[in-house]
Amino acid sequence: MIPANFDYHKAASVDEAIELLKKHGDDATLLAGGHSLLPAMKLRLSAPGKLIDIGSISELSYVREEGGGIAIGAASTHAMIEHSAVVQSNCPLLAENAGHIGDIQVRNRGTIGGSLAHADPASDYPAALLAANAEIVVAGPGGTRSIDAGDFFQGLYETALGENELITEVRVPKSSGGSAYMKFAQPASRFAIVGCAVSLTRDGGNCGDIRVAFNGVSSAAYRATGVEDALRGQALDEATIAAACAHAADGADLMDDHYASASYRAHLATVFAKRAIMEAAKRA
Amino acid sequence: MGKFIGQAVKRVEDKRFLTGKGRYTDDIVLPNMTYAKIVRSPYAHAKINSVDISAAKMYPGVVEVFTGKDIADSGIAGVPCGWQVDFKNGDTMKEPPHPLLVADKVRHVGDAVAVVIAETKEIARDAADMVEVDYEELPAVTDAAEAAKTGAPLVHDDVPNNTCYDWGLGDEAATNAAIDKADHVTTLEFVNQRLVPNAIEPRAAIGDYDPIRENYTLYTSSQNPHLIRLLMCAFVLGIPEHKVRVVSPDVGGGFGSKIFHYTEEALVIWASNKIGRPVKWTAERSESFITDAHGRDHVTKAEMGFDKDGNVMALRVKTFANMGAYLSTFSTCVPTYLHGTLLQGLYTTPAIYVDVTATFTNTTAVDAYRGAGRPEATYLLERLFDNAAREMNMDPAELRLKNFIPPFDGVSEPGYQTQVALQYDSGNYQGVLKRALEMLDYDGLRKEQAEARKNGRLIGIGISTYIEACGIAPSAVVGSLGARAGLYESAQVRIQPTGKVSVYTGSHSHGQGHETTFAQVVADRLGVALEDVEVIHGDSESVAFGMGTYGSRSLAVGGSAIVKSIDKVLEKGARIAAHKLEASVDDLEYEGGHWTVKGTDKSIAFGDVALTAYVPHDYPEGEEPGMDFASFYDPANFTYPFGAHIAVVEVDPETGKVDLKRFVAVDDVGNVINPMIVDGQIHGGVVQGVGQALFEGAIYDDNGQLVNGSYMDYCMPRADDFPMIETDRTVTPCPHNPLGVKGAGEAGAIGSTPAVVNAVLDALSDYNVNDIRMPLTPERVWAAMQNGNH
Repeated sequence: MIPANFDYHKAASVDEAIELLKKHGDDATLLAGGHSLLPAMKLRLSAPGKLIDIGSISELSYVREEGGGIAIGAASTHAMIEHSAVVQSNCPLLAENAGHIGDIQVRNRGTIGGSLAHADPASDYPAALLAANAEIVVAGPGGTRSIDAGDFFQGLYETALGENELITEVRVPKSSGGSAYMKFAQPASRFAIVGCAVSLTRDGGNCGDIRVAFNGVSSAAYRATGVEDALRGQALDEATIAAACAHAADGADLMDDHYASASYRAHLATVFAKRAIMEAAKRA
Repeated sequence: MGKFIGQAVKRVEDKRFLTGKGRYTDDIVLPNMTYAKIVRSPYAHAKINSVDISAAKMYPGVVEVFTGKDIADSGIAGVPCGWQVDFKNGDTMKEPPHPLLVADKVRHVGDAVAVVIAETKEIARDAADMVEVDYEELPAVTDAAEAAKTGAPLVHDDVPNNTCYDWGLGDEAATNAAIDKADHVTTLEFVNQRLVPNAIEPRAAIGDYDPIRENYTLYTSSQNPHLIRLLMCAFVLGIPEHKVRVVSPDVGGGFGSKIFHYTEEALVIWASNKIGRPVKWTAERSESFITDAHGRDHVTKAEMGFDKDGNVMALRVKTFANMGAYLSTFSTCVPTYLHGTLLQGLYTTPAIYVDVTATFTNTTAVDAYRGAGRPEATYLLERLFDNAAREMNMDPAELRLKNFIPPFDGVSEPGYQTQVALQYDSGNYQGVLKRALEMLDYDGLRKEQAEARKNGRLIGIGISTYIEACGIAPSAVVGSLGARAGLYESAQVRIQPTGKVSVYTGSHSHGQGHETTFAQVVADRLGVALEDVEVIHGDSESVAFGMGTYGSRSLAVGGSAIVKSIDKVLEKGARIAAHKLEASVDDLEYEGGHWTVKGTDKSIAFGDVALTAYVPHDYPEGEEPGMDFASFYDPANFTYPFGAHIAVVEVDPETGKVDLKRFVAVDDVGNVINPMIVDGQIHGGVVQGVGQALFEGAIYDDNGQLVNGSYMDYCMPRADDFPMIETDRTVTPCPHNPLGVKGAGEAGAIGSTPAVVNAVLDALSDYNVNDIRMPLTPERVWAAMQNGNH
């Protein structure tokens, strides 16, 4: 498992990384934790001529409270997010979600920015960021801009990142109510066949605000608005939830592989939506 | 039980393995060494129009590039098959050549076309991409049964219907008559899917030719160094065997896949001679997936007839066995002499007939994999028994107990003669099943299961009992069945002048712990300390010709050879002791490392006798100096371990996911030397067998591409998939070897697979499902529930 030859550049700052991207253009790829890129390079599915290592830019590694929510630097590892008291108290959904990624070794090394930029549809963050109403901050030659999570994931390994841009930060508003992330993992890779993230509030006995999102099911993460609409203002009992969850895969571009067919995925989406909503309601 | 035998002695080899100090083939670096990268076919079946190596040869750091034409021009035909299994009409088995590099057409993804040899492995890897091969793709066939049909693509142009052989065993007429007469016939058609062995250490080989002494050294990650040397010298390269040393240093797992003589071993030796430098090849993991010989891959129809009381009357089996594209060393005997001959199982079935058609396909070669044929036989029988019990509305445990062969010890009466050639040595099959049922609280659990069912919970209990033929094997018997090798074992026990003991064994340890268990046997028998015994294996230069390790044979055959040498040591030692003690040999007794004149306090220590043998000043007349004895042990029969495994599962009705709740394994492997190591073997085997039931399986698409050739897609079992495995043993000694041992290496993998599948089908007993294809993935289980008649 030997990758093709490449040149290696280590960026010390975001500005330097952008300069290097501008200089090397299409021949360059950003390296953060390396947990998606390096296996692809070793299999020679990917052979970038130049690697720009942004994994040790210290200004990108932080988790802090900011503006009534939390701000997470793009080079923060999954383990930092999983174990951060700031994340656990302000957005427990994201901490729970990060704990489902890979295994301990992967979580100690992989970064949130790298995972989001790679945009594997079966990765775990997208559903949680959609359900948490997060924003993704990116920097490029034209300055910085903020993208709603709902606009960021555009398709299979496709994002709203522009040319020579990199992710610098993820911003998540402080959550209220209850939340849950439930995952049916592919047993070999432990990526999500179905990952469902739910964030909801109670309004009296009934469902108040609700956001339900999936990764693993479709070629890109999506919000199941059909489920949300069917539940908002309704009772949070099992029968009502189960009926609403029939809409879990509505409009999804269902993935289909040797492990789980499209129809099975659609079925699992209803099961895991129900389980995640029940759990979130219990916690709300 | 002795001072060491029967004790859970900690493994002496673990110190180096657990501290990262093992020395594997890839760790060996020789002066002036080069690195080989093999150019492999991306197609399952394609004609090679041309191979252009010019760009690769020009790449800086490349030493040489060879192609299939170079091999053919050297007159090397290829690696041989080690077992001839002929057609039932007497026609000779089809045995097409397996070249080291192919020149005409590729026959599976991963077939070797060229080899690039370079100064570094990185250069070799880059240059391999520069070899331009012009392929003309041909239609491929991957399924064993499809391959035999008229019109299927021909893997080898001169093998009609891709059929290697069509073999039969048993009384066909009597079986057909008994099936026709039976009150109930249970029938199953199923696939015993293909498995990728996945040893943790990928295969590796270094060829080192010395042009001055004109000799060769092959370092190879192998279970079987001497046989590799014999096959490579005599059948592949035609080089003198006494000029070749084969070393298998520490080997990181084999599970069968490292028994065989692979093309890469001969290729690095040949290339080393051509370029005059050592050549190392180490498989990448992706390469292991497509070139290590795979396991299983049977397509089977099985019918079992019962009378109205549930007594088994007959068994009829038709199996298509996938050989892959070429015949690996022992591929041909696995579905026949290691599968057909085991179809008696533990039962008194009076009529059995088995027909096996072995076919070539455009897939990686298939050969022995932990259990080798016996798991396939056990899966077949145990699935049939559970299916029959369900259909006849009988308890599956009772149906088995009703049909078991009665207990026999093989001493006071002869062994049990089966309908399919074998004679079992000793057994108490009721004992293991009853003990397993008791450990499980079977009756209580059945009640719990019924209660849970009322609440919508799907709990299943699956029983499997097994017998296997181990201690492979009496040479004359296997010779008469087509084996091209003897299957004895060698041992040399060398007593050093200070009384320390060096043991040279032809067995090979690649995880089994021989350095510990063999030392336990030797230390006990000689009455010396465990640390005074060193076990040496895996080097043809120091060890007498041995047959390696597979088929749970090491202790039963290799251990027996060691005992023979120890007996010779003690006989000679007694003569020397008698001389020193001025007594008669008959008046001596040997215990605790001392010869003592019976009834006196006159004694002499083992170490003093050893020293006397090497400093023979005061010495028996006519006695040779020294204490160094070689032995070969050829067993009188196979050994027949047996056991009962029971799995308890719960199926998630919403997703189909199977949760293994309990696993009980009661095994009878004869006498036990080290219970900790036996437990470890059982645990590992159970995990491997459950892996087949629930997780593993090679998937080929219609073009012959291995779809799941990486750990991202090929699911290995993991610790968090398992409850603690509950083990126990009964002991029925083997009556025909000196240690009374039967072998424990494969038992777990043989018994466990059908237990889990039976448990899942039991959980779904309300759904009218009689088969789910392995592995029982959640979707397959869920789909079966959707399609069942709930």
